[in-house]
Amino acid sequence: MSNMVNLTINGIAVSVEEGKTILEAAEKLHIKIPTLCYHKDLCVAGNCRVCVVEQVGNNKLVASCAMPVSEGMEINTNTLKVRNCRKHIIELLLTEHNEECTKCYRNGHCELQELSAEYQITNQDFIDLVPDKNYTVDRISPALEKDDSKCIRCQRCVRTCAEIQSVGAIAVAHKGSEMKISTVFDRALDEVVCTNCGQCIVHCPTGALTEKSYVEKVWDAIADPDTHVVVQTAPAVRIGLGEELGLGAGTRVTGKMVSALRRLGFDSVLDTDFTADLTIMEEGTELLTRLKRALVEDDPDVALPMATSCSPGWVKYIEHKYPEYLPNLSTCKSPQQMFGALAKTYYAKNIGVEPQNIISVSIMPCTAKKYEANRPEMKDSGYKDVDYVLTTRELAVMIRQAGIEFEKLSDENYDSIMGTGSGAGIIFGATGGVMEAALRTAYEIITGREVPFENLEILPVRGLEGVKEASIKIEGTVADWNFLEGVELKCAITNGLENAHRLMDDIKNGERFYHFVEIMACPGGCLGGGGQPYPVDDEVRMKRMEAIYAEDCELPIRKSHENPEIVQIYKDFLEEPLSHKSHKLLHTSYVKREQY
Amino acid sequence: MTTTKKHLHRIDLIFKNEQDCKEILRNALARSNQEVINEMVNSGLKGRGGAGFPTGLKWKLTAEQKDKEKYVICNADEGEPGTFKDREILTRVPHKVLSGMAVCAQIIGSKKGYIYLRGEYRFLVPNLKKELRKFHDILDELGLDFRVEIFMGSGAYICGEESALFESMEGKRGEPRNKPPFPTEIGYMNKPTVINNVETLAHSYTILKYGAKKFRELGVKDSRGSKVFSVSGDTPIPGIYELELGMTVQDFVDDFGDGDTKAVQVGGASGFLVPRKRFGKTTIGYQGKLTGISLPTGGSMMIFNSSRSMYNVLNNYLDFFEEESCGQCTPCRVGCQQLLKGIKAVKRGEKPASYLDHLLKLTDTMKLTAKCGLGQSVANSFSSIVENFREEMIY
Repeated sequence: MSNMVNLTINGIAVSVEEGKTILEAAEKLHIKIPTLCYHKDLCVAGNCRVCVVEQVGNNKLVASCAMPVSEGMEINTNTLKVRNCRKHIIELLLTEHNEECTKCYRNGHCELQELSAEYQITNQDFIDLVPDKNYTVDRISPALEKDDSKCIRCQRCVRTCAEIQSVGAIAVAHKGSEMKISTVFDRALDEVVCTNCGQCIVHCPTGALTEKSYVEKVWDAIADPDTHVVVQTAPAVRIGLGEELGLGAGTRVTGKMVSALRRLGFDSVLDTDFTADLTIMEEGTELLTRLKRALVEDDPDVALPMATSCSPGWVKYIEHKYPEYLPNLSTCKSPQQMFGALAKTYYAKNIGVEPQNIISVSIMPCTAKKYEANRPEMKDSGYKDVDYVLTTRELAVMIRQAGIEFEKLSDENYDSIMGTGSGAGIIFGATGGVMEAALRTAYEIITGREVPFENLEILPVRGLEGVKEASIKIEGTVADWNFLEGVELKCAITNGLENAHRLMDDIKNGERFYHFVEIMACPGGCLGGGGQPYPVDDEVRMKRMEAIYAEDCELPIRKSHENPEIVQIYKDFLEEPLSHKSHKLLHTSYVKREQY
Repeated sequence: MTTTKKHLHRIDLIFKNEQDCKEILRNALARSNQEVINEMVNSGLKGRGGAGFPTGLKWKLTAEQKDKEKYVICNADEGEPGTFKDREILTRVPHKVLSGMAVCAQIIGSKKGYIYLRGEYRFLVPNLKKELRKFHDILDELGLDFRVEIFMGSGAYICGEESALFESMEGKRGEPRNKPPFPTEIGYMNKPTVINNVETLAHSYTILKYGAKKFRELGVKDSRGSKVFSVSGDTPIPGIYELELGMTVQDFVDDFGDGDTKAVQVGGASGFLVPRKRFGKTTIGYQGKLTGISLPTGGSMMIFNSSRSMYNVLNNYLDFFEEESCGQCTPCRVGCQQLLKGIKAVKRGEKPASYLDHLLKLTDTMKLTAKCGLGQSVANSFSSIVENFREEMIY
């Protein structure tokens, strides 16, 4: 039981646990203190100074985000002195800031803009510093853009990249008036260790870090009468999109989203959940094959644990940081890329459209998917498998531009083929979901029985914890798989690359052994992805997670191998998992990359 | 003319040729930790880097921490413009500094000390290393488990700020931390740390040798002992002088000025400019019950005569701060740029004279809200120069 500390804020008494900050105490009293550099996901920096408050007896103001409470403390958050100082600080930030708000990608979603509106910064007496700054914009990456003229140096991105992601692609360079957020040798983001995860974007308060937008390209494609535009939607988009369109966190909008996409003019609205199910078939079989080689054939070259490859941020991370473990990465493409390869082969043939006339668009909760779609190896259909990747946020932009009243839409169903997903496919959107989906199918293949968890819910793999472990003892195997009899299948699940880094180090040092690990680059998995609406914190991620599992629960089919479209595609096209055709279209290879 | 001049009393304690480290350490070891701490507290010694925190209290607070790992760090990042006394102390009497560190280490329970040496002082290293070897031999003879290492800074002014200094030592970017917690609880490597200025440690040698009583005889209330001053600017006798605390700026100018002194900058660029009309009312010491204004200082005394433009002086300081701000906090990073550009705009007539008042309000904000001493103290020189030499800023 921790000690409680008593203090007053604006004359109101409050009691909070020792170690809490003034900001947290004020939150308890529903007193809002403005912040910029502060973010619940990150360590405290205390550098923007917007959250300063007056502490009786202290001749300086104190940063409420960084100042721990103490017994008898008297705080005032709304004195003339405090207001004047805050106003000064906002004014100062604006003098370094490119104030072309109307031309900014984050116009209307900017914390600095909100704050200057709140403090009515209408006349700017200070000198505009922007003309003398040699600000640069980095637009080289296919996924991200970095515009230094919008940066307020709060270092939220730097802390995100280092603390949450353990990547350190961006850091603070230079000092004084030259201080800026930069990369190693000031290279483009595309040329450094950046994984394109986009966590810096969801943590950036302004328009300094944004996704590269392909909205206009997609509008162009839709407008072209000779082009068949097919769209796929990732599992986590349907539980995130509502937030961006004014609904509460965790609102499930699958049917409305499908309806909106159709109204935007997409020729066919399909579901990435379908290829998520396909991933389970391919990846599950790959795992069982690896286990067989290891356990039956005693093959010393088989790489275990096998690691998932759905998350392109994680894939690029391992390519940079643990290249010696590339053989451990499943050769399966991500569901997005499997979909892309099939859209211009299986689907094209099926609907009788020439693949060169198809534009394949995907809606992803992710920015790394933009990079992934542009990887040179992602052309197995003979064409670029996925032409344009939009984030959840970009889809919301299109919906607003089209004048669609999203809330009023009625629910519609996905088109077919490649429009049916199982509950196992949808939980790909949450950390632990791939593991749970794989276990639902693999266990049944091996034993002929459903996984021994109530209602198929494998609870140990769920939740926002950094590293989760699960093991399942395999008993009562069917004839083909009896070499697995009695084997305890050891699995680990992690989300956020800092956790992945810890897990990989443990594996590398021999401290832990697993057969199968699921790794997602973003906190909470795809639901907390870099393409999802801002703002985000654990509370929001938890709500989105609940929505994902609720969606799974309500689907009639909850196991990938029972998805009728999956059964059909193997029958009509792919033959069997890991077939020659699957290998050609659905599997890929990886490259070793530099450390920095 | 010099014959009629009243000289300030020159003190000869710090640079006195004394080689009795072993004695000092042995005597300190023979006494209880509490006794030594009391001696330090009673001496009234305050931090000589400029901030003036009571040294004995700092040692006491760190000694009270339960951690097994603690550090003693000598701050030799002497970066304040116009300060060059630590260089001299480390050149001439490094053994006194090391003795102070060793005694402090025994009291607080530390086995490891560092000298954080300013990047530009690399030339001191060979001699310091020689002195360190000799000193480590003495420690071995006395059976003391303590070692001192030199850590080279890289030339950033901000790294003289203690928490930025820790960050720098830990291999990180030199940016000040949030306080609290203070170094006495969480310092280098997140362990309790005593960080003292070079001169402070040298004074502790004097106190341990001659006793707190003798030390207290020098100086005035709240500002006890002597202080090493770096005297520069328009003076016929620039150099390093050990003087008693509590003198008025007038006394100082009478002794060191060239007969045409217009103003004295006390405490370097982050300190205050004292104009001629306030010479008699301003004393040098730590804030306390002294008559008139009492100015603390790390020892920098820059003398300006009537040939100097105070606009140029301020412009020079602001140039320095604009570049040396670490850049993390808004009031300091942007504030310094605005002040620099602001006075230029006024001088060029692009902004009205009243813009100076606008800038003075900005310095109030910087003083109230900047994260560390750097941003907070820019206001000192700015307001004291602008308020006293306003016409020079405009015309």
